[in-house]
Amino acid sequence: MLIRKPADIPTSEITPEAVYQQRRTFMGQSAALIVGAGLSAASSRVSAGLQEDDEITPEQIVTQYNNFYEFGTDKSDPYANAGALTTDPWTVSVSGAANKTGDFAFEDVIKGLTPEERIYRFRCVEAWSMVVPWMGIPLKKILQQFEPTGDAKYVAFKTLYRPEEMVGQRSFFSSIDWPYVEGLRMDEAYHPLSIMVTGLYGKELPNQNGAPWRLMVPWKYGFKSIKSIVSIHFSERQPVNTWQALAAHEYGFYANVNPAVDHPRWSQASERRLPSSIFNPNRRPTLPFNGYADEVAELYRGMDLRKNY
Amino acid sequence: MRALNVCRLKALVWATLSAPLLWLLILISQELRQPNSALGPEPSEALLHYLGEWALIMLLLAFAVSPLRRRLHWPPLGQARRLVGLFAFTYATLHVLTYLGLYAQFQLAEVIDDFVHRPYITAGMAAFGALLLMAITSTQGWRRRLKRRWQQLHRGIYVAAALAVIHLLWLRKDNTLDSAIYLSVLALLIVERTVFFWQQRQRREVGS
Repeated sequence: MLIRKPADIPTSEITPEAVYQQRRTFMGQSAALIVGAGLSAASSRVSAGLQEDDEITPEQIVTQYNNFYEFGTDKSDPYANAGALTTDPWTVSVSGAANKTGDFAFEDVIKGLTPEERIYRFRCVEAWSMVVPWMGIPLKKILQQFEPTGDAKYVAFKTLYRPEEMVGQRSFFSSIDWPYVEGLRMDEAYHPLSIMVTGLYGKELPNQNGAPWRLMVPWKYGFKSIKSIVSIHFSERQPVNTWQALAAHEYGFYANVNPAVDHPRWSQASERRLPSSIFNPNRRPTLPFNGYADEVAELYRGMDLRKNY
Repeated sequence: MRALNVCRLKALVWATLSAPLLWLLILISQELRQPNSALGPEPSEALLHYLGEWALIMLLLAFAVSPLRRRLHWPPLGQARRLVGLFAFTYATLHVLTYLGLYAQFQLAEVIDDFVHRPYITAGMAAFGALLLMAITSTQGWRRRLKRRWQQLHRGIYVAAALAVIHLLWLRKDNTLDSAIYLSVLALLIVERTVFFWQQRQRREVGS
């Protein structure tokens, strides 16, 4: 039997809900301030667009569970197989609508440019997500060195093609036409959030995550952020990226994170934040432009994002 | 091989086909002790794929029982057919329950959305529907009741196996060795069966 006791606390002493809610906001704000102060103290850390409950994903997961089809289609394959890749020496060939074209040594391209730490949300087109502390150089600073001309409307990147070191490229079954190609519009590439990543968790970028350098465009699905880049090409025409070439109705050129436009084979309305537990897939709503709408929505003003997915 | 009697054969099937499930229980107990250890960063996803893959393997096995019995001239094998089919059904059920519970969190609206909009889910659910019908009617009682229609209904194994392979092919982003193997096994079984039926008809025509 349940006997209800009268409440011990007089109603006059109970904090009204509105005040209580304010307290929560206050605490949230102070927490953000403290975190913010801590981050700015660590030199040039940027955590633009991070939500209060965005916790950095453990390093072990970021480096051992990802897609890099050059090393196999399973998400544990890159970690298992990328050891075979040699990244030194590394040559980058620059071509197209730019004044300075030709082959450059990787060290020379990044010489004098200091990587900054950027904590970004990472959203894969397969509907899982992470929060990753990248070390990177603003893409604009890298690209400007080659002095792109007025004809450069787009920039295309290519991943290394070296089947003897990249087991996935030797796959008999894959329909991918290697090397992997990705591209950006120049204004997207020049956006301050776009970076060329050279490190992870304050360390050198591991092979399986795209050593020696890879793109990171946080408001787009992960496949746009091409890894182990050996070619940069400036052009007037929109490049055809690898996944678009493979299945144009599933993957577009823009690939902006958009909860309103589903992938034909799964919903993009929510995402599974890694790591999850066995009884809880840790689902959370996906944000437009992966939470970076304030910074980048302007780039797509007037465009039909359903058509330009 | 012929010394192996039906009882022993069934025990062997039980032991072999329940092994993946026992292994999974070990993985789960390890996972419960230390999160993300045995099943990786996405345990519900890992569980889903593990069960799905084994359901598909057992479905193809169930499909293969009759041809193997014929080709090996070993009639007792037919006695194990229902058991293999029920194992396939068990793994498929666990796979579907994992999807409904751990993955979709029992959100009916989401499941319906998936069923309507994602062809690979539609194919998978249709395969499960066929399996469910066969599992329910797998008893001797139903066999007697349905008479000739029973055999027709249980040819649903062709449909279920084909739909399950399609389910896998449609959900993959790129072709891989394992999906190529499943597809080849399915194609081989279908060709074998077609040739067999055709030969039977020829024989019947010659006989009449």
